[in-house]
Amino acid sequence: MRGRLRWFVVLGLIGLGVFWVLTRPQPLAPDALMGLTGDAKRGEQVFWAGGCAACHADIKAEAAQKLLLGGGQEFASPFGTFIAPNISPDPVNGIGGWSAQDLANAMTRGVSPAGTHYFPVFPYASYVHAELQDVVDLQAFLQTLPKVATPSQPHKVSFPFNIRRSLGGWKFLFLKPDWVVTGDLTSAQTRGRYLVEGLGHCAECHTPRNALGGMDRNRWLAGGPVPAGKGRFPNITPGKLDWTEADIVEYLTSGFTPEFDSAGGHMALVVENTKHLPEADRAAIAAYLKIVPSIE
Amino acid sequence: MKKLLTGVSAAIIALSGSAFAEDAPFAKEIKARQGLMNINALSIGVLAGMAKGEVPYDAAAAKSAADAIMGVYNLDLPMFWPQGSDNTANPATNALPAIWAEGSDIGDKVEAWETAALAMQAAAGTDLASLQGAMDALGASCGACHKAFRAAAN
Repeated sequence: MRGRLRWFVVLGLIGLGVFWVLTRPQPLAPDALMGLTGDAKRGEQVFWAGGCAACHADIKAEAAQKLLLGGGQEFASPFGTFIAPNISPDPVNGIGGWSAQDLANAMTRGVSPAGTHYFPVFPYASYVHAELQDVVDLQAFLQTLPKVATPSQPHKVSFPFNIRRSLGGWKFLFLKPDWVVTGDLTSAQTRGRYLVEGLGHCAECHTPRNALGGMDRNRWLAGGPVPAGKGRFPNITPGKLDWTEADIVEYLTSGFTPEFDSAGGHMALVVENTKHLPEADRAAIAAYLKIVPSIE
Repeated sequence: MKKLLTGVSAAIIALSGSAFAEDAPFAKEIKARQGLMNINALSIGVLAGMAKGEVPYDAAAAKSAADAIMGVYNLDLPMFWPQGSDNTANPATNALPAIWAEGSDIGDKVEAWETAALAMQAAAGTDLASLQGAMDALGASCGACHKAFRAAAN
């Protein structure tokens, strides 16, 4: 009996140790950005490709208001309601005090400057693909934007999902640095993959999620229910989306479908980002969408 | 006899099924307004085809397409969007309750559509360059409502 108890304690300690190691926030190496300097002009393109404003600006923001990144939009989910924080350069309420290294850790590792995990509502499972040069450029651009003094609001997430340490387990399972679509890609398809799987984080909505909130890579971009809401995000694999590449480019430019319906809901916000991209980038997204595994 | 009974009960079930769909809240209004949207989509298609150079510019056809959009505008729109006819009342629509909510700016958005549609009506029959110049504002006025007031598709 005593022997069994001892084993129980030993196994328990090993388990705790494994949990501790697996769930530890893992920031980038301190010299990861060495030699990189930020270009705000290039950073503006990263800003539109990354879709920062769609979540961090006010939902009713138009034109120049899109550059006021005070946060506040709410995102309901089965785990609770998340509220986009202030990422304007305000040093008190925003991220004005951040270094490029802080932004790179946040975007590619989901780790805050204080060394804690972010919730994956912040799409680091996609931004993990971001090139560090792009992050440094984005940092330079973000610093040029107006400061907004609105304080960030706490997420409305309850136990047990509010234990941030356990997000280390989520990352262990679902934060994957490898691409979903692999093989021999043209340069346009490769660029499109970077924009769709990475910066544009299209899969965060268009790929269904499992019970733990991880993206189902076997049903990549095949659509799924709106979390804690009505309706569905559409399937955009070739199995359902039969638009031509020109149709896709037009949609990402003007918001018009081939039937002259126009983009609605959150996708309208996405088009307000993609319309700022160079035409070649929209064409690259279309080229990539044509080679995604077809799911009916 | 048995066959007849089966047939009759099948017919009754089918009839009651369709009666149910017709009885769903605001079913007629929703169907009608979706038709209005389809009319607008066809008209916009004519104008956009010319704007993009996919079909040759035809002043008369462009003018009638622009007139059709104003024709839809001039209908008694609140008749097709009665209070409460949202996607919580009937899943056949993607119209969000926000349309009718306190402080809704639907009125401003409809006004922006009117302005853009009137500008297109004046421009469409003039020449291709005028039509192209009026296109962006008209498209944006469609998008503004869909962005604020339409839920993801069912």
